[in-house]
Amino acid sequence: MRDEATFKVKAGLAEMLKGGVIMDVIDQEQARIAEAAGACAVMALERVPSDIRRDGGVARMSDPEMIQSIQEAVTIPVMAKARIGHFAEAQVLEALEVDYIDESEVLTPADEANHIDKWPFKVPFVCGATNLGEALRRIGEGAAMIRSKGEAGTGDIVEAVRHLRTINGEIKRLGGLSDAEIATAAKDHAAPLELVRAVAESGRLPVVMFCAGGIATPADASLVMQLGAEGVFVGSGIFKSADPESRAAAIVEATTHYEVPERVLRASEGLGAAMDSIESRKLDESELLSNRGW
Amino acid sequence: MSGVPAPGAAGDQLTVGVLALQGDFEAHSAVLVRLGALVREVRVPDDLDGLDGIVIPGGESTTITLGIEREQLGDPLRAFHASGKPIFGTCAGLIMLDRDHLAIADIRAERNAFGRQVRSFEAEVDLGLDGGPIEAVFIRAPWIAEHGPGVEVLAEIEGHAVAARDGSVLVVAFHPELGDDDRVHALFLQSVRDARLAAT
Repeated sequence: MRDEATFKVKAGLAEMLKGGVIMDVIDQEQARIAEAAGACAVMALERVPSDIRRDGGVARMSDPEMIQSIQEAVTIPVMAKARIGHFAEAQVLEALEVDYIDESEVLTPADEANHIDKWPFKVPFVCGATNLGEALRRIGEGAAMIRSKGEAGTGDIVEAVRHLRTINGEIKRLGGLSDAEIATAAKDHAAPLELVRAVAESGRLPVVMFCAGGIATPADASLVMQLGAEGVFVGSGIFKSADPESRAAAIVEATTHYEVPERVLRASEGLGAAMDSIESRKLDESELLSNRGW
Repeated sequence: MSGVPAPGAAGDQLTVGVLALQGDFEAHSAVLVRLGALVREVRVPDDLDGLDGIVIPGGESTTITLGIEREQLGDPLRAFHASGKPIFGTCAGLIMLDRDHLAIADIRAERNAFGRQVRSFEAEVDLGLDGGPIEAVFIRAPWIAEHGPGVEVLAEIEGHAVAARDGSVLVVAFHPELGDDDRVHALFLQSVRDARLAAT
């Protein structure tokens, strides 16, 4: 009678998050601030990406007690991160009944060859991607939502823009290909043929795509929404800024009214300093989080 | 965006708004366009001018509540309802219309009543529509915990009301916009058509 955890139900939650802002939070107080500012979900984690970058060491799934305390503090969906390939962390997060699992390159990968097989899980997964092939491989493994990776913890939007433009450009170029060319495209993208065919026909990914990694201002949110993101993740950008309450609400407002410059202007006023940022081109190749995952 | 007609310029075609502050408003727009309506996304009070009806979509009810406050859409939506124009709410939209939020429908919604996302489900729901039950998608769905005497319950799941009509307001706890079965939207559009005929 009741059919739980179907792909429609998993991908459907991402549909409900569209046009919204998902905020990284590290404790109950931040979670309440995010909810009161209009976040459509929170990502519970011990350290935001900019701190992970600074501290170094192995970044793992967060303390379950901390995730639970955030689940108790808010009524909006609570997401949490598992390491790439670490299906046991994902099983723990499922036992906690988080609403979405982010198999995330922000944490230190646990498997250098395999991502998590996401199909057996009842909890839906969101995964990062830098190009169309990577997005479709994740969907082929069962991801019900995609986020363009950007470069987490930098406050630099350039990688997010590159990844969004790449994915959407590659989707556009599939349009108008013949069947034979689609088969070749599937090989070139190293992606499942049936998913490539579906994208060629519909002109879009089969799941919702948000943008992540580098959003620090309302104008950043407007930029990526205009480039085709269906919503945004903000990690360090809010709680590493001078005035998190105002900045959180402002990014929510700019995400809703991304097409109206006057509204983005109004949202941008009086926010104080943005997060301390790092120019991602100055990072060493080995420091790039977006290179994790394949 | 699927056509932005000037207020009142629609001729015979119905012009239906979809509240577009956050949520799956594009999925609703696609169904309404498929059924022949002109659709306008609604983000500020002026967007309500000239609409024949409005849909409040699924999404996060807290986010949409804060958006309605920020845009000062509460009174204009209540006035829209008072003028007799139909309103259709799905999931978060059902919550927005209840006594504790916009107070447009005489119902009290229980949020996340079926549980967290791992308990989200698909099930057949019988609203008594031609063609039999519909395949309904429930995502962190609410149910109608209480309702006034004027409310007609259209469907239940496990004893809980999940679809109802209160005069010109139609509410469902699930997501008819996430499939290709357009019958619930057709039911709403029929009420929009009837209300427009009655007003002229």
